[in-house]
Amino acid sequence: MTLDASRHPPLFALVDVNNFYVSCERAFNPRLAHVPVVVLSNNDGCAVARSNEVKALGVKMGAPWFKLKDLAREHGIVALSSNYTLYGDMSNRVVSVLREFSPDIEVYSIDESFLRVETLVHLHGDATAMGHVMRHRIRRWTGLPVCAGFGATKTLAKFANHLAKKNPVFDGVCDLSSMTDSERNGWMAKIEVGEVWGVGRRIAARLETMGVRTVLDLATTDVKALRIQFGVVMERTASELRGVSCLELEDLADPKQQIMASRSFGSMVRDIAEISEAVSWHIDRAAEKLRSQGSVAGAVYVFVQTNRFRQSDLQYNGGVVVPLPDVSDDTRSLTTAALTGLRHIFRKGYQYKKCGVMLMELTVKAQRQETLFDDVAARDRAAKTMAVMDSINRVWGRGTLRSGAAGGSKRWAMRSENRSPRYTTQWDELPVAK
Amino acid sequence: MQPPFPSTPAHATLDQSPLALTPEPLPYTSPLFLCSIPAGFPSPATDYIEDGLDLNEYLVRHKAASFMFKVQGHSMRDAGIVDGDKVVVDRSIEPQHNQIVIAVVDGEYTIKRLYRKNGGVELRSENPAFKPICFKAESQLEIWGVVVGVVRRYVC
Repeated sequence: MTLDASRHPPLFALVDVNNFYVSCERAFNPRLAHVPVVVLSNNDGCAVARSNEVKALGVKMGAPWFKLKDLAREHGIVALSSNYTLYGDMSNRVVSVLREFSPDIEVYSIDESFLRVETLVHLHGDATAMGHVMRHRIRRWTGLPVCAGFGATKTLAKFANHLAKKNPVFDGVCDLSSMTDSERNGWMAKIEVGEVWGVGRRIAARLETMGVRTVLDLATTDVKALRIQFGVVMERTASELRGVSCLELEDLADPKQQIMASRSFGSMVRDIAEISEAVSWHIDRAAEKLRSQGSVAGAVYVFVQTNRFRQSDLQYNGGVVVPLPDVSDDTRSLTTAALTGLRHIFRKGYQYKKCGVMLMELTVKAQRQETLFDDVAARDRAAKTMAVMDSINRVWGRGTLRSGAAGGSKRWAMRSENRSPRYTTQWDELPVAK
Repeated sequence: MQPPFPSTPAHATLDQSPLALTPEPLPYTSPLFLCSIPAGFPSPATDYIEDGLDLNEYLVRHKAASFMFKVQGHSMRDAGIVDGDKVVVDRSIEPQHNQIVIAVVDGEYTIKRLYRKNGGVELRSENPAFKPICFKAESQLEIWGVVVGVVRRYVC
């Protein structure tokens, strides 16, 4: 049977992992199953992932750890340093399971992917059934819980995912495309407009002054008026909520969480030098964007892909997250991290079609309060280190102990006091079975 | 997705040395050549193209679902799994009676043989010094994955 995509109206899926970092930790540490868990950012600064129990305690995303310590003691919150190596590997696993459901996939962030599925849902019966198969398989194969949302547009798929996650009635899978209009409108009327993909808090406040409070309000507002007030992006968002697909896969990246830069090569590339050039170029662009929005990145994700449409070629998709020793918006340190990652994932002999980078763990540069504290502490530590170094050198001779800066790697400086083992990537950190 | 070549790659066993080992599946550059091989009729050319044994391919069938564990202790000694061994665990396999599995017992991982008999479930050691762990119902037992292979290296 041949399937002509033009005969099927578009259907998008958005699959994401619940509390991704926390779920990765729990997948390998059964003792974390029912206890409140937070994962802290680089240098153990602030909470970047929270288990549901921690969310229920009112801990907000980005809350500085030093402010949480009392609450943590009181409720037995387990705080873990971020283990990007583990998260990157688990992310790759989820994506490779999803690739079996559709080759049309956009890895939107480390824990969420969009898929085009209109020609493939019939293999499972319908979208809801497909969603449950995805959920079950990812859970079984990787140990990670996911939710799936389906809709006629990316914005609707994202909204469906939100519904699936927040409402137990959906059991983790929500398909807006199979709902009646009144059913769909009922859900849209229940949810605040700020939950819509691409509508930030500030825009939500402005919308509210126009009387647009719910998702349904936005979907039924005259798009021309929105365009005049907010520009073409908001017009597009409203159209998408009405089921008019305006965004293809890979069209929009969320400026708040990640910055993505990727592109297919003009022709197939086999050489690491050429890919390195492309990766550096992507970093240039991404770093520019990063600085223009006044953010700094905490980690860099780099990936390479072969051409999935050339089925006769051997396929390889590699990706790795490289954490930065300190948050940065400096092109040089971002490039160093990306190229280090590239050398790690590059495999000789494949024909590569695409590469890209994603700047992750973005924080606002101007709001680096906790980092300021950290800097003071780091300076103190550095001063102590220098004192120790000087005394050792005095006793054992000059140059016995040198600063690591000459070697280029500053990884030693990164603070991660309670990092879990890199269970899936290091021989000497494997989980133990008795 | 399965690669477009037969899943039993070489007609050689591990003891037919010396043969080159490849760290990664070898990419090939003449795909048309491969495609012309009739299905179900192994061609000697297959051996020529895959000129190496790939331990990854031998041990790992579902890469996304495969993990490695380090074994501690002697409870599986008689199954040939000893202290310090690394085992490959495939989570995509539905655990069956008589398979070796990784299970979670009291918040810790344990490697045992799965016994299902007359409605009851047991995790049995392969060492008479260890008693079986019994479960009244399947629901009380959390199996993490099925052990599909063991890896041991003698020379560092």
